Amino acid sequence: MQTFLDFISFKDPNVMYVILGMICINSSSALIGTFAFLRKRSLIGDAIAHSLLPGICLGFIAAGDKRMIFLFLGAFLTGWFSTFLVDYIVNRSKIKQDAAIGIVLSSFFALGIVLLTYIQNAGYTNQGGLNGFLFGQAAAINRDEIYLFALILLIILVAILVFYRSFILISFNAEFAQSIGLPVRWIEFLMTSLTVLATASGIQALGVVLMSALIVTPAAAARFWTHKLSRMLVIGVVFSVFSGIVGAYISYTHAATPTGPWVVAVLSVITLLSFTVSTKSGILANFLRARKNKIKILQETILKTIFHYHERRGLAQNLDSVLTPTDLLSVRVYDTYQLQKGIKRLIRLGFLVAKEKGFTLTENGKIEGRRIVRLHRLWEHYLLKRTTIDALHVHSGAEAIEHILSPEIEKELERELGIVGIPTKDF
Amino acid sequence: MGELWIIITASIVALNAAILGCFLLLRKMAMVGDAISHAVLPGIVVAYYLSGDKTSGLLLLGATLTGVLASFAIDFLSRKAKIQGDASIGITYTFLFAVGMIMISTMMNGNTDIDMECVLYGDISLINLDKIVVDGNLYLGPRAFYIEVIALVIIGFSIGFGFKGFKVLSFNEDYAKALGINTNRWHYALMTLVSLTTVFSFEVVGAVLVVGFLIIPPATAQLFSTKLKQMLFWASVFGILAVIIGYYLAVWMNVSITGAMVTVAGIDFFLVLIIQRLVDRKKRSTTFAAPEFITPTPKNSVE
Repeated sequence: MQTFLDFISFKDPNVMYVILGMICINSSSALIGTFAFLRKRSLIGDAIAHSLLPGICLGFIAAGDKRMIFLFLGAFLTGWFSTFLVDYIVNRSKIKQDAAIGIVLSSFFALGIVLLTYIQNAGYTNQGGLNGFLFGQAAAINRDEIYLFALILLIILVAILVFYRSFILISFNAEFAQSIGLPVRWIEFLMTSLTVLATASGIQALGVVLMSALIVTPAAAARFWTHKLSRMLVIGVVFSVFSGIVGAYISYTHAATPTGPWVVAVLSVITLLSFTVSTKSGILANFLRARKNKIKILQETILKTIFHYHERRGLAQNLDSVLTPTDLLSVRVYDTYQLQKGIKRLIRLGFLVAKEKGFTLTENGKIEGRRIVRLHRLWEHYLLKRTTIDALHVHSGAEAIEHILSPEIEKELERELGIVGIPTKDF
Repeated sequence: MGELWIIITASIVALNAAILGCFLLLRKMAMVGDAISHAVLPGIVVAYYLSGDKTSGLLLLGATLTGVLASFAIDFLSRKAKIQGDASIGITYTFLFAVGMIMISTMMNGNTDIDMECVLYGDISLINLDKIVVDGNLYLGPRAFYIEVIALVIIGFSIGFGFKGFKVLSFNEDYAKALGINTNRWHYALMTLVSLTTVFSFEVVGAVLVVGFLIIPPATAQLFSTKLKQMLFWASVFGILAVIIGYYLAVWMNVSITGAMVTVAGIDFFLVLIIQRLVDRKKRSTTFAAPEFITPTPKNSVE
């Protein structure tokens, strides 16, 4: 608890730098990463991040010391060059994009390792800490760097505000953007440059291997909570900044561990949670929805089958027979376990009533059963009248749609076909 | 002698990776290979932690499973959670790699066998420290060499026996399905082999640079190959070439050996790409230069 208080009260001025840094870095990368995600170019961020390493080393060799601005400049150049090379390979050979990314990523990274070991062995003074760029050392962020990161965030924010509509258009439909005369190439160039900027700003805190997570993951997590781009941007930033701060805190309390892995781990857990529990498109929600539908379909099918059973014996008017599951199986094929489960549910819901030797329909059950059969047959008649579908094939369509036809559509169908009551003909 | 062992061991790594890389590339799954190679890290760390030994075979196989799990997670994310393919790769591998690094920094306190730099680029120059010696003086070479040979044998047998399956899977998955082939089984067989290569060569080249061996030489071969066997052959040649040139370059410049090898592989790729484009241009200019007699003369040109 004490360490937590120390942490949030900025007792250590470094902590403030780390948090401010995390806010800037994570916001920049989440914002621009959302567009990369929508353009299905998430892995480009991966190539860029790995390609920053040789740039940093070259910057160091050029400057002879660790002045951030040189390292940053070198990183920006090689990062940008890597995206150029990926595009070059894809356009000029039969190599596919993901392989091109892999090639650029690993050769640049290898070059970075070569340069790094070269610097280590060449006896440069004060080269210690360059290693930090591999895995990230957020604690090393200082005041000047905060200004730089804030400036980058500002540039990205301004660019997104100014070019918001063009960015949206290009992210969703680049061909259309081209056709209405937008300078797509220039705007894509701008987006790429901003991605490189954002990636380069995070390299010190996150390290080259994990930086790409800040580009990809927030957008993917935010996607589960909204279908609106503006909200997606905000949610992505919130997730990313939150995990940045939590990651920095964990790394602060466990001094031996680098920041990058913790930030990425927290962010990934948020994403995992998002896609399981999200109410919109999470797998849990999807699963429950599918289960609910399945149960509804089963119930409605059983009620329909009871109606058919009576109809075959000419009892469609009263529907009062006492039935057993076996009777239903004589009309329609069921999985017996499912059938029994469905009957139990229907009894509980008051559509069926249990008798000594089986079950019988309640008044509600009769209404519901008639409704389903009626919808089924209305739809079949509709298909026969309005489409060229053969009478042999209308049944399967109706079988699916009977469960989702609303009362409004039912009225429409009635009006269209001029049918009152339940049509007697089944197909 | 130590020098030769390093080159031979690294060559086998390159050979293993080149063979599998060809199939990965043809299946357009290069980045899945990248993801697997990062994702085996937690498995490796747990294996080391439990055994305290880099070479315990069973545990290495356990680590191999982590890679297969990662490829399964990628499939799951893109199919069930409907995250687009590239993003699900990015999410999966960064997460697993982060977990692996956290494990190293918390569980491996003071254990010098496995540190973070070794994760990135291995320590090939140290393989000679771990020798297999019989009868106290008969030196049989470094242990890493034998591990790689085992990997080569496994890969060789699997690819050799399943060549047709891997081939049809790589070129036309739909056709394979239509033939009634269980493509899933072949897919995961390939993923297992990729994972196995990464785990087995982890000690030699690290988890990140092995991607270079997996992707770059096959891509170089793909630039000009028209047959699978041709591609496999040239991929192996480029891989081994990169190993040999890279080694001497590294020794000469006193830099990371593995880094130099992959850098050379990358340079090879761009050289071949440029040469091929020059050759293509020349060919095109000789083949397609319109002969005089079919040059259309503009109808209303003023001469």
